[in-house]
Amino acid sequence: MPRLRDLLLQGLVLGLVAWGLLLLLAEARSRMAAQGIPFSFAFLSQEAGFSLSEGLTYAPGEGLRPFYPSDTYLQALVAGFLNTVKVALLGIVVATILGLLVAAGRLSANPLARALAMGYVEAIRNTPLLLQLFVWYFAVLLKLPPWEKALSWGGVILSQRGLVLPQVGLGGGAWGLALGLLAWFLLRQRPLWAWGALALGLLLGWALLGPPLVYSAPERGTFGTRGGLLLSPEFAALLFGLVVYTAAFIAEVFRGAILAVPKGQWEAAYALGLEGRDAFRLIVLPQAVRIAVPPLANQYLNLAKNTSLGVAVGYPDLFSVYSTVANQSGRSLEAILLVMAVYLTLSLSISAVVNTYNRRVALRWRL
Amino acid sequence: MNRKWLLGLILVLLGLTGALAQQSRLDVVKGRGRLVCGVNAVLPGFGFLDQKTGKYTGFDVEFCRAVAAALFGDPDKVDYVPLDARVRFQAVQNGEVDVAFRNTTVTANRDGALGVDFLPVTFYDGQGVMVKKGRANSLRELQDATFCTTQGTTNEKNITDYIRTQRWRGAKVLTFEDGAKVMNAFLQGRCDAFTADKSQLVGYRATAPKPEELVILKETISKEPLAGFVRENDSRWRDALSWIVYATIQAEEYGITQKNLEQFLKSEVPEIRRFLGLEGTLGQDLGLPRDFVVRVIRAVGNYGEIYDRFFGAKSPFYIPRTGTLNALQRYGGLMYSPPFR
Repeated sequence: MPRLRDLLLQGLVLGLVAWGLLLLLAEARSRMAAQGIPFSFAFLSQEAGFSLSEGLTYAPGEGLRPFYPSDTYLQALVAGFLNTVKVALLGIVVATILGLLVAAGRLSANPLARALAMGYVEAIRNTPLLLQLFVWYFAVLLKLPPWEKALSWGGVILSQRGLVLPQVGLGGGAWGLALGLLAWFLLRQRPLWAWGALALGLLLGWALLGPPLVYSAPERGTFGTRGGLLLSPEFAALLFGLVVYTAAFIAEVFRGAILAVPKGQWEAAYALGLEGRDAFRLIVLPQAVRIAVPPLANQYLNLAKNTSLGVAVGYPDLFSVYSTVANQSGRSLEAILLVMAVYLTLSLSISAVVNTYNRRVALRWRL
Repeated sequence: MNRKWLLGLILVLLGLTGALAQQSRLDVVKGRGRLVCGVNAVLPGFGFLDQKTGKYTGFDVEFCRAVAAALFGDPDKVDYVPLDARVRFQAVQNGEVDVAFRNTTVTANRDGALGVDFLPVTFYDGQGVMVKKGRANSLRELQDATFCTTQGTTNEKNITDYIRTQRWRGAKVLTFEDGAKVMNAFLQGRCDAFTADKSQLVGYRATAPKPEELVILKETISKEPLAGFVRENDSRWRDALSWIVYATIQAEEYGITQKNLEQFLKSEVPEIRRFLGLEGTLGQDLGLPRDFVVRVIRAVGNYGEIYDRFFGAKSPFYIPRTGTLNALQRYGGLMYSPPFR
């Protein structure tokens, strides 16, 4: 029974690895105990006492709200995690779009577009991301006008303190609108009076509870704004940096994938009478995507993990918050174990999503 | 037979680990012949890596040199390890460095929960706030300001506490990995204020392109006694280091300097003779050479000489000493050595 023997062998190796890890942990624990710092996660419920420049955290009973210094270390880590997720998800979406455009540029018939795209890919792929982040932050974003000379258009203010947008929030009247919309959705046929219900809900809600949308223009103070939606330079630097960097790799993935589609497919498309753009969109791209998805997943994982460089430009991402928590509480071993578990979960989730998509688009052979 | 052999092996191993557990860092360092000292690499005045010469200089660095001089008679037998604020305690806990002299504030939490023990205070500091000229004349005007500081420091917690106590709603705290990055963001205008220990602010101001345009506000929002620190529960090592630090202060109290050391070596005052190791066993009792004090003074001078070299009137980081806590106790300060006897 070679199968049984293989299984046993693998089980043995797994057991040995697990045992080794446990030994290491036990050793660390006993050493720490000898130094008077017992291994424990109890510190997570202690008050953090430091503040974060941006970020939401979860508070029982209050839902998501900004992080306060009176919150716990755990809530600080949650805020860091949400900041990381925000940058990672936005980054993945924007980098994919940019990457596709650059790939199109590299394969374009126009020599200028080709040269530009190639210059971009080579310059970006061959310099370290950390360096690029510094350039984005210190040499680009912080060179915007200072706060006193901020540029402003209507409610939008741009300065080195970031981009401030007027915030549009939901007002009391939103309830009426929501009820109207619900009625509208529930009615399949949508006769004329369904539209009436929608209008009525909106008007009644507005009259009784106030406007459905609330516009709050940022207030300008001596040093900064109150209200409004702030896009900080730290966030922008990290996002731009990650997008520009990862897009260069994604462009190469797409380019390779498009080139990997057999030439006969183009010819077949032309033979069917499709024009260049339609041939690409309908015949080549769907096949290229199948090829591109697995290497694309790697780029997404890299982007997600590279968010940990946020600490270099002052963005409070998970790793940055972890550093602070570890230093303020002295619990670096416990905190790093926690943070490793979180990054692992994040990476596995991204993989799972991409793999599911991959299974859906993969060719199914029927015999 | 076989079993006996195994038993013997176990006993030997137990003995070895027991010996390892009991061996003081003092013996480890002596055996190695070099000191591994954790310092700051980016704080001019305290600990700074000069890019041109590749050498570490600064007030804190002098104490690494003093220890090497005491142990080996040579202040250059030091391997420096640059530590940023976030890793300094781990580096000491793990034994990666033998000691850290890195502008670190003594606090109860650090002493109690972080697995380190502190040495005598070498500098009494307080947290201040630096702004660009014309921005503000007092801390009260900074209600809506963005304060920048170094991540994971007492400064970060102090400014947060201050903002909370004052109930300022508009104020923000933005943190960076190290002081150099904070200074960069501050100079570029990302922050309205740079908050750190006042001595650090002086150091950074001195390196700014236009120092005269930066103002350190009068207010002091915390007390920051700075000291070196070692791994917890190694009192032999800590005792040796503590008395090396005290020796610099005691030398200043006696008026012993690098220049007049030779005359003092001819002194007949018993106190001085004991201090300089000409009589008695103070050095050996601490596990140090008999003449460790002489070696320290010869290499780095007394506390006042060290201070003057880095923060004196002629230095670029001038921090007045008279009338401050860093003056000798007899001049109203807090610098004071327990007696060498």
